[in-house]
Amino acid sequence: MTPVLSCVDVRKEFRGTVVLRELSLDVAEHEVVVLVGASGSGKSTLLRCVNLLETVDDGTIHLDGAHITDPRVNPDRVRQRIGIVFQSFNLFPHLTVLDNITLAPRKVHRVPADEARSRAMALLDRMGLAQKATEYPDRLSGGQQQRAAIIRALVNTPRLLLLDEVTSALDPELVGEVLAMIRDLKGEGMTMLIATHEMGFARQVADRVCFLDRGQILEQGRPEQVLGAPQEPRTRQFLQRFIEAGRL
Amino acid sequence: MPEDYRPSALHRDRIAYRRRQTVRSVAVAAASTLVLGVVLVVTVTGAPGWERVRASFLDASVARDALPDVLRGLWLNVRLLVFCALGALAVGLGTALLRTLRPAVFFPLRALATSYTYVFRGAPLIIVLYLLTFGVPGLRLRGTPPVLVLGGAALVITYGAYLAEVFRAGIESVHPSQRAAARSLGLTYRQTMRHVVLPQALRRVAPPLLNDLVALQKDVGLISLAGPIDAIRAAQIQTATSYNYTPYVLAGALFVLLALPLVAVTDWVTVRAARRQSAEGTA
Repeated sequence: MTPVLSCVDVRKEFRGTVVLRELSLDVAEHEVVVLVGASGSGKSTLLRCVNLLETVDDGTIHLDGAHITDPRVNPDRVRQRIGIVFQSFNLFPHLTVLDNITLAPRKVHRVPADEARSRAMALLDRMGLAQKATEYPDRLSGGQQQRAAIIRALVNTPRLLLLDEVTSALDPELVGEVLAMIRDLKGEGMTMLIATHEMGFARQVADRVCFLDRGQILEQGRPEQVLGAPQEPRTRQFLQRFIEAGRL
Repeated sequence: MPEDYRPSALHRDRIAYRRRQTVRSVAVAAASTLVLGVVLVVTVTGAPGWERVRASFLDASVARDALPDVLRGLWLNVRLLVFCALGALAVGLGTALLRTLRPAVFFPLRALATSYTYVFRGAPLIIVLYLLTFGVPGLRLRGTPPVLVLGGAALVITYGAYLAEVFRAGIESVHPSQRAAARSLGLTYRQTMRHVVLPQALRRVAPPLLNDLVALQKDVGLISLAGPIDAIRAAQIQTATSYNYTPYVLAGALFVLLALPLVAVTDWVTVRAARRQSAEGTA
């Protein structure tokens, strides 16, 4: 079966610094792949390349078998099929939660306003945010904002959901509600590529964990294998810090 | 908080103290304002030349006589202001948008927009006004628009350049992550501008934008240099016949009155948007 996402030998440099070094990665349908690794290892850059927010310097990325890093491809069409959630939520402050969620369905997918609205309300209701629909983002807690941002990405029924450190900007007591939501999504079979520093969460939700180091996947496999019995010294060294902090 | 909560003696003391402080500061403010007012009035009205100044600047009967002409002139200011403001806003926004376009195809447009803002922010309005109202008709082309339109065009061109920079500042003040979020949802460049960037940008630049519009309101009168009679020019004509400056004061007061609603509306819009969006407003 064609993987949903297929990255082959992807290279990305920023002003001479190599951030992704001929990195290859497939994500199969319904699979949840979690990227772990130190800051600067290339996790976020990989996600931004997949969503075409960055252009790759070499290699190819395929979405459902279609080559998306071809410069002739319209990036807007690709992004319509990929959802991304950012570390800092990036909700639109001048729009209510409901308008944030229905903007893309209405303007991009040409869904009639009332249908977009009812679809958004159904999702908000399921995620326990229905009473916040008419609020502006700044009036919500960080956890609520991030859940609204996830719904905004989900409402377009993407083929692939990219989550970029979605809990890193949250207070510890708000992390749980966001992670619970992502676990639910896994239960529904959403294909996800996740960058995170939450090792405990990676262990619970991942089908496969990839340890990134200097722009390459150094080690990958089942979470209990990579996080529990890492083979590479660098992986062990990285995880050691989490063990010492009591977070693994 | 328990139901039978009663503020502690300490806190009741604090509340009482703050109340006394408030009363005191209000009293001090009122007293100092009164003293300053009295000093001003006494100084001005007690000045040796006060009677002469009052007669030549604040003569009620002269004001009454001048009022119809000044109002007729003011009506021209108002009409010109409306058209020039709309024109300058459109030109400014269009120029700012052109300057933000990145693709190479748009280089000529971008270069044009950039040089336009450079040239017309530097060029004195009066020169532009003369060039358009005297120079253009001088060409004797057929279908040359009337002086009023040409003068209006000079104002639009000059103020469009100022407003373009205000708009551009607003557009660039919206954090790139907002664009990334919009584009990642599949919105096109245009849709991102229209639905995400511009609404936030416009709200931020409303005060400086209004500033320029109030300045424009005063500058539309310069069109009288080319012939049409605005409020200030009407006042000048009156003054020339009566040797009394009251019509000027009258026109000045009317200009201030004209600006007030503009200022009030913008303040109200900005405050309302801020209150709706910010967390502080919930309390």
